[in-house]
Amino acid sequence: MSAVRTFVDLLARRRDSAALAPLDWDGVIGVARSEAMLATLAHRLAHADLPPTVAALFADQRAAAAVAQRQALWEAEMARRALAPAGIEFVLLKGAAYAAADMSCAAGRQIGDLDILVLASDIRRAENLLLNAGWEWVKSDPYDDAYYREHMHELPPLIHKNRDRMIDVHHTILPRTHRITPDALALMSDAVTSGSGYAVLNPADMACHCAAHLLADGDLQGGLRNLWDFHTMTRDFAEADPGFWGRLDERAALHGLQDAVHRAARLSRDLYGVMLPSRWDRHDPSDRWFRRRLLARDDWGRVTDPLLEQAFYIRSHWLRMPPAMLAKHLWTKWRKR
Amino acid sequence: MTDRSYRAAPPGALRIELLGELTAIFDRRSMQTHLVVSPMPEILDAMGADQCDAATLASRLAATFDLDGETDAQPILVERLGELAAMGLVERA
Amino acid sequence: MRHSIRIAVGPVQFRIGSDWAEPISALGRLYAGYPQDDALPAEATVRLFAARPWRRWLRPSVHIGGDFIVPDALPLPLSMGLLAAEMGMNLQVALGWRRHMLLHASAVAKDGRAVILSGESGSGKSTLAALLGEGDWRLMGDEFTLIDPEGGDAFAFPRAVSLKNEAIAEVAARVDPVRLGPLLAGTPKGDIRHLIPRPEAIAAMHEPARAALLLFPRFGGEVAIERMGEGEAFVRLTEASTNYVALGEAGFAALTRLVRETPAYGISYPDSATGIALVEQLWAERPR
Repeated sequence: MSAVRTFVDLLARRRDSAALAPLDWDGVIGVARSEAMLATLAHRLAHADLPPTVAALFADQRAAAAVAQRQALWEAEMARRALAPAGIEFVLLKGAAYAAADMSCAAGRQIGDLDILVLASDIRRAENLLLNAGWEWVKSDPYDDAYYREHMHELPPLIHKNRDRMIDVHHTILPRTHRITPDALALMSDAVTSGSGYAVLNPADMACHCAAHLLADGDLQGGLRNLWDFHTMTRDFAEADPGFWGRLDERAALHGLQDAVHRAARLSRDLYGVMLPSRWDRHDPSDRWFRRRLLARDDWGRVTDPLLEQAFYIRSHWLRMPPAMLAKHLWTKWRKR
Repeated sequence: MTDRSYRAAPPGALRIELLGELTAIFDRRSMQTHLVVSPMPEILDAMGADQCDAATLASRLAATFDLDGETDAQPILVERLGELAAMGLVERA
Repeated sequence: MRHSIRIAVGPVQFRIGSDWAEPISALGRLYAGYPQDDALPAEATVRLFAARPWRRWLRPSVHIGGDFIVPDALPLPLSMGLLAAEMGMNLQVALGWRRHMLLHASAVAKDGRAVILSGESGSGKSTLAALLGEGDWRLMGDEFTLIDPEGGDAFAFPRAVSLKNEAIAEVAARVDPVRLGPLLAGTPKGDIRHLIPRPEAIAAMHEPARAALLLFPRFGGEVAIERMGEGEAFVRLTEASTNYVALGEAGFAALTRLVRETPAYGISYPDSATGIALVEQLWAERPR
């Protein structure tokens, strides 16, 4: 069995770690690292039967992930210190939100930049407050800069000059030029407060955003991790709230994300083995391409299907912008390479 | 510069170790290490649990430091507090 | 990957894969005396790869990758494949290792105590360590020294020592030629040749040593010894550590303890013999 399938099976607890031969771990660890999920696996197998060196590696990873999580949440705190005095409210998104809300997918999860959502009307003021508090623009060329401001759903990236960490300020969760336009106002007004005091999206919106990020936003890079987030959060939300799947359907319809959310659910079922309610438990032949793309890693952590990868890259840009713009953008990107 | 009020970190948040000429401060909330010299450690020490502005600090520090007049120290302390805030060690109250 | 090898260095189990046979055979010869256990899972993966399939043969050009990749890094020609492999091994450990605090330092040990020499390339730390290791010191490593955050001991990472330019002749004069790797001429860092550590050093690579001296060498200058305060040593070592920040409070505690318990000195010296004499002098004078 391939390392990536073994990895997915270990996460889904379909395979017993004790059954792995020492050299099998090379591939599993390699895939996990390439998907940025090594610490996630380490948490999942914290009490499993493991070779001593793997157990030690996993312990290192869990400890390192805990430190990294503190650092990531600190960025949220410093953003709060910069924005709160001016009354600017923000909602945490993605990894920082999962950590702030103490969700199970936060265990061992690598958090990259801080992603926050603000009202479109607040974005200029937020920009100025952050610049005053020590963030500065990441150097880029004028084309990228203009592209960001005009078409993306965020300010160009900001990086803190002392701490060297990035913040992405969004005013909607998908680019303005995207074919789908989620209801940003609803996302903010229906946000909830997490135990740690930060605002996060409500459960159904959070699952919508996760699916959007996984499928509608990107080229599926990091797909296994995003799918794992979707899987664990929907499982936990449904356990706490029997009506969750119905709520999710409604919210997905409001945001125009039903296709993405349903596909994410089916892929979670296929890869991670979740049980879906009957309305969700469909079979769509095109899911096959997404499964292949998600599982396209070899035992050395490399992407195995470059043409498929390319197809998804173009697809992700196709979703984001009108065809004429796409052609221009890809041409400029290619020239810069 | 306006004299603002700041609050120090809650107890247990900072681990402070003297290393010869320098004071090393580990902030458990941010996982950051700060290396500072006088008067930073003394300022943090003098802030206590309540919020505090430069004027109050100046009077508290007058005992430890040989300050000509408390008013001379104030603008310097305003600056130092701003720096400590940028490091995240104190917060605007 | 087509060709691969597994090598254990200190506590790190590597697997190194390559699109070409040559770097793997060169590693095999250099690391013949090291454990090459097929039954231990690898903790660090290095890949030497061709950017495009045809670049395996047409102007073959080795890109360095693995668990971690530096984007936009320039590849090396196949003739320097061994150097690429070594750089790859350094990179994966520097970026990925979390079990110990990593110091960019060489180290030698005697009687269970370690002398740690911290410095950048060109500081002379590798050459000094290599020469001391040919005397009555155990070479612990020339590139990285590992500090256990819990207990504070130093651990060895005894890779093949990377000798550059003049140091090659200096060391070659003192060792059996069979202990030297091939000459890699004209690399981005000049001429390089690898020295295989003595068998005793390899056999003892899991033995800890307690730090006795922290030295910051500077090659090429008048003889000088300058005592360094705890604060300065702390700052210099944070700059010399690739994973200090990632370790959080454990790193802070480990480094604080190290600088408090270990006297530190800056040393400068015009030639190796003088450098060695300075090390021996400070060792003899160390507080017990």
